[in-house]
Amino acid sequence: MQGEPDPKAPEQIAYMSGRRVSYTLDSTLETVNSAEETASRIAAEAGFGDEDITRIAMAVREAAVNAVLHGNAYDPGKKVTLAFERTAVDLVITIRDQGRGLDMSKIPDPLAPENLLKTSGRGIFIIRSFMDEVEIHPSQAGTEIKLTKHVHGSNLDGKEASQ
Amino acid sequence: MTMKTSTRQVNGVTVVDLSGRITLGEGSVVLRDTVRDLLSKGNKKILLNLGEVNYIDSSGIGELVSAFTTVRNQGGDLKLLNLTKKVHDLLQITKLYTVFDVKDDEAKAVKSFS
Repeated sequence: MQGEPDPKAPEQIAYMSGRRVSYTLDSTLETVNSAEETASRIAAEAGFGDEDITRIAMAVREAAVNAVLHGNAYDPGKKVTLAFERTAVDLVITIRDQGRGLDMSKIPDPLAPENLLKTSGRGIFIIRSFMDEVEIHPSQAGTEIKLTKHVHGSNLDGKEASQ
Repeated sequence: MTMKTSTRQVNGVTVVDLSGRITLGEGSVVLRDTVRDLLSKGNKKILLNLGEVNYIDSSGIGELVSAFTTVRNQGGDLKLLNLTKKVHDLLQITKLYTVFDVKDDEAKAVKSFS
């Protein structure tokens, strides 16, 4: 049955109870890699299948790239906040920077014929493609992007069904 | 984690075997430098073998596009060979699969340059 925590997996229980884990990271390339690796680990712990884990990790990587490069512009005085929250039905990931706030009107459609051969501008599109819900909240204090992946359809169901 | 490249000549075509990740930072830079170096030596028929590339991000995609347009602008051609599923899927959703000439047989790919 979905939603029954494994008593041998305390971390999973913690997430089931709605515990939120957050990290404050420097505006560096290492943060991008670290965010991706952490997302991959937490998605695996949440029971997602390999394909979903890859997609979640890639979405987080792209969001972290935006935060570090476009938001904080590698400013050592600005931080990136990365938070993971596991509810009974969702994995919710929030990435926040301290930049000027993303100008959504300047994000081109990367699928438009005139943009296909552009060398940038695909990050947000990839994030939207790989996650179930994406909210972007730009403000003068920075940009917050909230990524949600529904747990159903992951390997969690398959594992339980085979037990 | 890092990307490695090696090049070989096959019937006038430069085959670049890449392995690892093409991502923001080192991977993208290695790809850019490799293509730039080939063009400077007059090698304008380039086949990128991505069979061992298991991961690519938006920066890596941008670098592939940049390599493609740079080679084309110099009168050459750049094609892709042996896409892994992850790279294939990413090129599909970004509609770049139809922009690049993608091959899955090296001999046929090499012939297609002439």
